[in-house]
Amino acid sequence: MSAVSFHNVTKTFESGGRTVRALQGVSFDIEEGEFFGLLGPNGAGKTTLISILAGLSRATSGKVTVQGHDVVSDYAAARRALGVVPQELVFDPFFSVRETLRIQSAYFGLRRNDDWIDELLANLGLSDKADANMRQLSGGMKRRVLVAQALVHRPPVIVLDEPTAGVDVELRQTLWQFIAQLNKKGHAVLLTTHYLEEAEALCGRIGMLKQGQLVALDRTSALLAGTASTMLRFKTDHALPPQLAAQARITGRIVQLPAHDATEIEQILAQLREAHCKVEDLEMGRADLEDVFLEIMRSHQGDHAKAGQVNNAGKLEVAA
Amino acid sequence: MNWLASVQGARPLFVKEVLRFWKVSFQTIGAPVLTSVLYLLIFGHVLEDHVQVFKGVGYTRFLIPGLVMMSLLQNAFANSSSSLIQSKITGNLVFVLLTPLSHRAWFLAYVGASLVRGLAVGTGVFIVTAWFAPPGLAEPWWALIFAMLGGCLLGALGLIAGLWADKFDQMAAFQNFIIVPMTFLSGVFYSVHSLPGFWQGLSHLNPFFYLIDGFRRGFFGASDVSPWLSLGVVATATLGVSALALRLLKTGYKIRS
Repeated sequence: MSAVSFHNVTKTFESGGRTVRALQGVSFDIEEGEFFGLLGPNGAGKTTLISILAGLSRATSGKVTVQGHDVVSDYAAARRALGVVPQELVFDPFFSVRETLRIQSAYFGLRRNDDWIDELLANLGLSDKADANMRQLSGGMKRRVLVAQALVHRPPVIVLDEPTAGVDVELRQTLWQFIAQLNKKGHAVLLTTHYLEEAEALCGRIGMLKQGQLVALDRTSALLAGTASTMLRFKTDHALPPQLAAQARITGRIVQLPAHDATEIEQILAQLREAHCKVEDLEMGRADLEDVFLEIMRSHQGDHAKAGQVNNAGKLEVAA
Repeated sequence: MNWLASVQGARPLFVKEVLRFWKVSFQTIGAPVLTSVLYLLIFGHVLEDHVQVFKGVGYTRFLIPGLVMMSLLQNAFANSSSSLIQSKITGNLVFVLLTPLSHRAWFLAYVGASLVRGLAVGTGVFIVTAWFAPPGLAEPWWALIFAMLGGCLLGALGLIAGLWADKFDQMAAFQNFIIVPMTFLSGVFYSVHSLPGFWQGLSHLNPFFYLIDGFRRGFFGASDVSPWLSLGVVATATLGVSALALRLLKTGYKIRS
């Protein structure tokens, strides 16, 4: 049985007089014990999908289950199996950290949960803040409490919606160590993040959303070995010819271009020569997840119909 | 899930809701008690010798049950409505939305905590004002029944208002244009029999009138209308409002998009 299963999920809503199709038939499964990354640009539908999973929002059509429990008809069992760390930094100002965690435990029917609460506090570096009021905590500390709150009932499926947005390095490391430890113990993890190096380091499998459609779904290693395995990297002060600029990843002076084989490298160099583009520090490198991500996003630019045709390890089924 | 399981499920949320107002009890219980005492001192002093509603009952004594009920109703409403709108606006309602709690458990927790706050304020007002003019308790069970029903009715109304309002000023409008007029025009400060015919008729359409009239019955053994009629009206209103609140919670009105 899958830890999480999305089947043909659509979400449509009215906004400012026009119909927004936030999700257009998304299907994929997350297996037990898997560390799964859900990537996509802002507005791709990641948070909408997670909201539907968590019961914060309802799908227009389709079916979502957590360990086989339907999130609508069997919501209590589904939510018991889920621990969700919301994206927004929210807290209840009336309570201390320990009170917050005790209250959250009680919602899940756990009256005596202090041993696990202490363990959570220790693992998240919160032990000395246990009796502090939520209002007195810094943003990073509040974020840790959010993580602890999601884990009070030891959920088999952990959902992290951009947990490291605006978070310092120390917390990121503490958090990932702890989550990786839980993952090793068998908890499935669904992570959305904008930090692609994080996803590359942590996630065994990755799905990519664009404009409400799943445009890629594969093992992280397969994605990295796939479409753009090599990159041509150089520095330049000149403007690139338009056809190259369209597919380049540009960071300041540094330009990176996907190049699959020798012919493509030759073509790129020829185009640069024709445009009288002077380059320096030219080198070849392996593509990282960010390159893969950009290439996949680009290849689906304004072309929704193609989304269903991407074939990655047979896991992908996108309704046209 | 049935109601019995929901009662169990509601416990933690109920406890949290009670703690929420208890932690700021100076503001949530102390302040409304003081307000009521001021009403009693001013109106009682001015009108003591001019108004007699029931034979042998001085105005200050007559006023006390009305003030107790008014404070109870307003605070029961304030508890569920303010808790919900605050949680919605600050976003921490998500912690409850993510739990397996049923819509019935939500209802029981919010209405239960409203009832507790209403009763706490009502009791506070009663204790302090009774010191000025002991009103006696002729038929205490009526007082108890209407206090309970009033707390539930207003707790459920507050729940609806809290779900409906998106902003604090919408909530203030609900309170100032619906709840306050309905409590003031229900015979807290007077017997509706002293009103001109039109206003008397209008008052009889106000469920709060029956709450206060029935409640007063418990103190003086006399009332404007039969307590059984009041009970029927109030129970019907409570059931109707509760049904609507449960429906809104079940469909996730404005809380689950």
